[in-house]
Amino acid sequence: MRIQTPNGFKLDNSGKRIVVDPVTRIEGHMRLEVNVDANNVIRNAVSTGTMWRGIEVILKDRDPRDAWAFTERICGVCTGTHALTSVRAVENALGITIPENANSIRNLMQLALQVHDHVVHFYHLHALDWVDVVSALSADPRATSTLAQSISNWPLSSPGYFKDLQTRLKKFVESGQLGPFKNGYWGSKAYKLPPEANLMAVAHYLEALDFQKEIVKIHTIFGGKNPHPNWLVGGVPCPINVDGTGAVGAINMERLNLISSIIDRLIEFNEQVYLPDVAAIGSFYKDWLYGGGLSGKSVLTYGDVPEHANDYASKNLKLPRGAIINGNLSEVFPVDHANTDEIQEFVVHSWYKYPDETKGLHPWDGVTEPNYVLGPNAKGTKTAIEQLDEGGKYSWIKAPRWRGHAMEVGPLARWVVGYAQNKAEFKDPVDKFLKDLDLPLSALFSTLGRTAARALESVWAGRQMRYFQDKLVANIKAGDSSTANVDKWKPEGWPKEAKGFGFTEAPRGALAHWIKIKETKIDNYQCVVPTTWNGSPRDPKGNIGAFEASLIDTPMMNPEQPLEILRTIHSFDPCLACSTHVMSPDGRELASVKVR
Amino acid sequence: MGAAMETFYSVIRRQGITRRSFHKFCSLTATSLGLEPLAADRIANALETKPRVPVIWMHGLECTCCSESFIRSAHPLAKDAVLSMISLDYDDTIMAAAGHQAEAILKETRAKHKGQYILAVEGNPPLNEGGMFCIDGGKPFLEKLKMMADDAMAIIAWGACASWGCVQAAKPNPTQATPIDKVITNKPIIKVPGCPPIAEVMTGVITFITTFGKLPELDRHGRPKMFYSQRIHDKCYRRSHFDAGQFVEEWDDEAARKGYCLYKMGCKGPTTYNACSTVRWNGGVSFPIQSGHGCIGCSEDGFWDKGSFYDRLTNIKQFGIEKNADQIGVAAAAAVGAAVAVHAAMTAVKRLASKRADANQDR
Repeated sequence: MRIQTPNGFKLDNSGKRIVVDPVTRIEGHMRLEVNVDANNVIRNAVSTGTMWRGIEVILKDRDPRDAWAFTERICGVCTGTHALTSVRAVENALGITIPENANSIRNLMQLALQVHDHVVHFYHLHALDWVDVVSALSADPRATSTLAQSISNWPLSSPGYFKDLQTRLKKFVESGQLGPFKNGYWGSKAYKLPPEANLMAVAHYLEALDFQKEIVKIHTIFGGKNPHPNWLVGGVPCPINVDGTGAVGAINMERLNLISSIIDRLIEFNEQVYLPDVAAIGSFYKDWLYGGGLSGKSVLTYGDVPEHANDYASKNLKLPRGAIINGNLSEVFPVDHANTDEIQEFVVHSWYKYPDETKGLHPWDGVTEPNYVLGPNAKGTKTAIEQLDEGGKYSWIKAPRWRGHAMEVGPLARWVVGYAQNKAEFKDPVDKFLKDLDLPLSALFSTLGRTAARALESVWAGRQMRYFQDKLVANIKAGDSSTANVDKWKPEGWPKEAKGFGFTEAPRGALAHWIKIKETKIDNYQCVVPTTWNGSPRDPKGNIGAFEASLIDTPMMNPEQPLEILRTIHSFDPCLACSTHVMSPDGRELASVKVR
Repeated sequence: MGAAMETFYSVIRRQGITRRSFHKFCSLTATSLGLEPLAADRIANALETKPRVPVIWMHGLECTCCSESFIRSAHPLAKDAVLSMISLDYDDTIMAAAGHQAEAILKETRAKHKGQYILAVEGNPPLNEGGMFCIDGGKPFLEKLKMMADDAMAIIAWGACASWGCVQAAKPNPTQATPIDKVITNKPIIKVPGCPPIAEVMTGVITFITTFGKLPELDRHGRPKMFYSQRIHDKCYRRSHFDAGQFVEEWDDEAARKGYCLYKMGCKGPTTYNACSTVRWNGGVSFPIQSGHGCIGCSEDGFWDKGSFYDRLTNIKQFGIEKNADQIGVAAAAAVGAAVAVHAAMTAVKRLASKRADANQDR
């Protein structure tokens, strides 16, 4: 069947169906089905979130001050960003302000997450889509050294260094126990790097694995642990005491120095390893500019990183805010989380039930009742799915839409909006990156562009961390050591009913929580998360979501090896544990499996 | 490929460790475990001849915080653990292969390493909706979990999800998320709770097994005694302030800035068994209490359903010890002995109470 979607994609599901399940190197569980034509070009794509946990219903009737800890457990990869969104939602509902230091510390934690998440995503979840590990064995270490030194000043670049690494890799491969590299797509013609670039990338894969654990120490200093640091409604839990009695129990000079040295090192890693690697790898994939999907049409960003505390207006946010539709970069629309006509969720193709499934619901009024049924053309059974029917319900993810439009969110969306708003700090690095690779602006709207935007953002975030660290120190120097506002900590003074929302830009994109509070307890809690936007199934009008759109028209080298599918889907950094929604509060009886 | 299996010994040799040092390591290891001298030879022999232990790491309903924690390990580095100490043949989060190529590894492992691989489980299976709240390869995750458990040597339950159920099992547990020892009953299961567990505790457990060729000693709940036999409060560096009755009364007050005890702010350290106050987090940088927030008890069974994280443990009125914490504050000097007794008794009562609650729930 051939159809044209309202958002401009030609779909044809008549060709051979290919199933990828599980999709690996992502957070959570996901399945992809595509149809390829006689030339192995993808003509139809079906993306399915395959897990559901129901964290929002679990939140009902709990203390709003505890919600950050529950929602933080939505995702351990983008750890902390849900917690920050949650404390902002509660503060918004109850009118709680936070001290300036708390704002700087929260920004430092959020930006540290951006850098950590982007680095780990590129090297450990995405690189193997571009880099052939086995090819690295045939590299010339001397030529690898020359290559490495030509693109960066990074000191770990001698011929001996690469030779040692190659020897270790060789022994590892010869052992026959390939561990995580087992059954990879090594040798596929879809890999385009020369052996030397592969060896350099493998070296940086291992270096990044060693280094990422340093970045998160910023969370440990302020939040006591990582993953899942601690947060606080009204500020941050860590007090500041730079030189008084008991300073060792708080943020003191030694802690500030540790933060500072980590920031220096991550700036160096971003600028001397991560960004040069992406540019170098990109230069070999310049002809592979598939995967643009919605990015050139409709993108959405909420904005984040407030310059001053308690002001979430667009012009106080360092990450851009706005929506672009129909590919018109000359107009950036404002976004309002409280406007019930803007963000709505649909379930016609999701495993949930609405009274009227032609309509969407704003998160404040969101209901979710599981309804696990397969479409009439699905193959297999309900507990042994062979093929899904995209004409029916086919995902645990809902379909959020902004004014009816399917939107892409994430680093590329942020950078496209920043570019469209003509902000130099976003426009200049994009122009430079494209110019260095001799690519036009249109190349930005691709899998490669998405991966590049993430690297550019990591560099940006590192520099912002330096800014907020300096700001924190300057504020302490000016005599302000406050980190928490406890005026409304006790529920006694709260209004009988309140509602609010909080938003952040998670590493993967726009994230918001909506909360209703009644008699000091949570009455309704809804999260609309980045992968709900990007991984959304079709809506009642037939618009496809960002994952599905990005795969259309991509040629596959070998349909038995889903390398191109993984490359593009990974460029979004999917996080499926996020697809959590509330179910009917009465907790109806559901079919249950016997365990013994 | 496949002919030359690499052993732990050859790995450490090529990392520049001499044969002499290797034997010294084996003797020290045997001694520190209180084993007889001959054990050192057995350890050496095992390490010289055994290939790296295959590890299959599966994910159910979870948030991947355990995997993220694992790669934070400073000693051993996650890189060395994965490349040299174990053979991590399957892990959805980092493996190169996907789809059929990934599924094939599970089949091969069962055939080739029957009874010899470690199954590491992150997350848990939901039982509602026919198990389809967590789908893997078109089927319920539960099915895949049981299949891989059948031929495993032993199972590691990573984190609070696999050990106890964690957040998705918090009331009303809409998916009926179930800890793995309730669905797998025919294999030894090592529980490594925490949300997530500490990185070096995770690599410590796994390298203990590969190094000594046996499972660590477990307590009656199935947790390794080496990391989970003491409460955070027992070894907390702020303990002297508890004993002296010096408490934080409000966030960011003078007492907070001086690093006083967080007991009155809801700290669950007195009832939480974990190694946070000794091993600490992220290479020893800090732990929750050191960074000013109370412990939320994330390694304890059902910690999501024990009231607010900010309720003082003594707020639970039926324990009848509400007064004690305040009296301690007034009569600091006299309270040292009493305080110890109070919190010890409290822990005991609380454990009993929560057991009873669980029993009621089961009924």
